Amino acid sequence: MFLSLTVISVVAAAVLALVSGVTAEPIRMADQKKTEAALKAVLPEFSRSEEVEIEGMACTKVYDAADQFVGMAVSAVSHKGFGGDLNVMFGFNPEGDITGYQVLKTSETPGLGAKAGEWFQKDGKGAVVGMNPGKNNIKVKKDGGEVDAISGSTITSRAFCDAVEQAYNAFQKGGLN
Amino acid sequence: MKAGEIIKNGLVKENPTWVLVLGTCPTLATTTSAINGMCMGLATAFVLMMSNIVISLLKSVIPDKVRIPAFIVVIATFVTVVQLVMQAYLPDLYATLGLFIPLIVVNCIVLGRAESFASKNNVWHSLLDGLFMGLGFTWALTLIGMVREILGTGSIFGYNFIGGADGMLMFILPPGGFLVFGFLMALVNHLRKKTA
Repeated sequence: MFLSLTVISVVAAAVLALVSGVTAEPIRMADQKKTEAALKAVLPEFSRSEEVEIEGMACTKVYDAADQFVGMAVSAVSHKGFGGDLNVMFGFNPEGDITGYQVLKTSETPGLGAKAGEWFQKDGKGAVVGMNPGKNNIKVKKDGGEVDAISGSTITSRAFCDAVEQAYNAFQKGGLN
Repeated sequence: MKAGEIIKNGLVKENPTWVLVLGTCPTLATTTSAINGMCMGLATAFVLMMSNIVISLLKSVIPDKVRIPAFIVVIATFVTVVQLVMQAYLPDLYATLGLFIPLIVVNCIVLGRAESFASKNNVWHSLLDGLFMGLGFTWALTLIGMVREILGTGSIFGYNFIGGADGMLMFILPPGGFLVFGFLMALVNHLRKKTA
């Protein structure tokens, strides 16, 4: 009884070790590709990047060919989402304007809150891209701000604004030097 | 038991979703679109087939007292394989289904077939049973996903046919899932009884 269960478990462990070994590299590549694609989408052209951590948020500072600071990406997590945490990567230029964003992880409702992926883009209905959290009041209109909330998804929109605020804080602390 | 009968059992007569009503949690949760439902079904079908084969091969060496833990270890191994492979080669799909893949381990269909079929039948029949029970699950999930996607977003397999208009969102949300599941179950069983 013990023997057969042990043998089964050992064989299972061996199979899993093998598969895990084979897939480790592709999984790492896929993750890296996703992060790189997000960086490219939210930031202007850059030739060198430098990763820093500010207040627990993963940030990437980028420099152009002349080693001039051209922007910074911040991956911020808001815990105020409707379905769970909302993880968004924001790009800022040196002036603090939002140059773009990409939703990295979301558990928002499909068809409602999940629209956050397009809604706040430059040509979206509630464009946040192009705004500057230092000058614009990044809050939904219901809360007295300037952002058009996703219809039917005020909670997701608030979480998104919360993520903007966190990301901008990190940018202010680490983006300028 | 003949092969044809096993195939018919899996697809229609003892369909895991419509007739046995097993594994309804992933059924309702992953059928927000046709493609999600289909992929969840296929992942389950793969696990079901592989675990049925292995359990059928091991049935004489696994003592009765520890058969459940032994089955679970075998099933969990295949589920983890599916999870790792999907994460590595289909990262987009993994992002949507990721949460539900590990739950295949506790899907009643898989353990149910191991216990009631694979542990009593030969390898060939167990393979067929796993494959066609899995495909029975797959077509059910794809159908539910299609109906929910059409009503909820006005698309089918991601192809939108109502332009910029919104669908009836409720069908993407859990209440719509229950409604579609219930009505389809009634319809399928009505047709099944009529032809039987």
